[in-house]
Amino acid sequence: MIWLIGIGGSLGAAGRYLLGNFINKKKTGHFPLGTWIINITGSLLLGILYKLHMTNEISDWVWLFLGIGFCGAYTTFSTFGYETITLLQTNKKFLAGIYVLTSVIVSILTAAMGFMI
Amino acid sequence: MKLISVMLGGFLGALTRYGIGEWIQTNKGFPLGTLLINLLGCFFLGWFLTFITNRKNIKPELTLLIGTGFIGSFTTFSTFSVETILLFQNGETAYGVLYILISIILGILMAYFGLKFAVVNEGKGESH
Repeated sequence: MIWLIGIGGSLGAAGRYLLGNFINKKKTGHFPLGTWIINITGSLLLGILYKLHMTNEISDWVWLFLGIGFCGAYTTFSTFGYETITLLQTNKKFLAGIYVLTSVIVSILTAAMGFMI
Repeated sequence: MKLISVMLGGFLGALTRYGIGEWIQTNKGFPLGTLLINLLGCFFLGWFLTFITNRKNIKPELTLLIGTGFIGSFTTFSTFSVETILLFQNGETAYGVLYILISIILGILMAYFGLKFAVVNEGKGESH
């Protein structure tokens, strides 16, 4: 069980690192688009997995591996906090506000969408 | 080597999150476990990234292992989103709103405190 969470976590972290690097190379401007997309897609996926887990459509090991391990590690709160501070410190207050508000609202809405699928 | 560092950190970060989450069990009511994990992680990342930028000869692998891998995977946004939805679904609207506000405001503040903590300690180190 411990291994499932750990391996899921290592894959989630790898996914975040690779996708984050890919998006940050393509994007322009100061908006932290990488973390933004990662947190929203991860919230959607966890919403779907949670629903499937509650209705017993996936086994416990899938939940531990993909839900707690992968999704938990793929998404991140600490980088979100740090990026917001970075935006505020470089006086990009408007962008910081947009980043915080849209991250929270869109992530929660996509998680709710996941419940409905 | 970079990807391996991220993955090793991710392995340990996910396990630590699970361990603390199990330790602070809250099946019903306010999701205290995730809140404490996210606040702790915000402080730690703010401190670590500031501390590391003021150091020379630090291998990028170390930043990836501890910052991107461990702290990044220790904290989680998806669990925060799903827990918020569950609070709203269970009719605990006040808890839901409180959870969002405390997570966001204190999370950002903790990242700032971590950063300041590193700067203050740096200053002390130089004066000696």
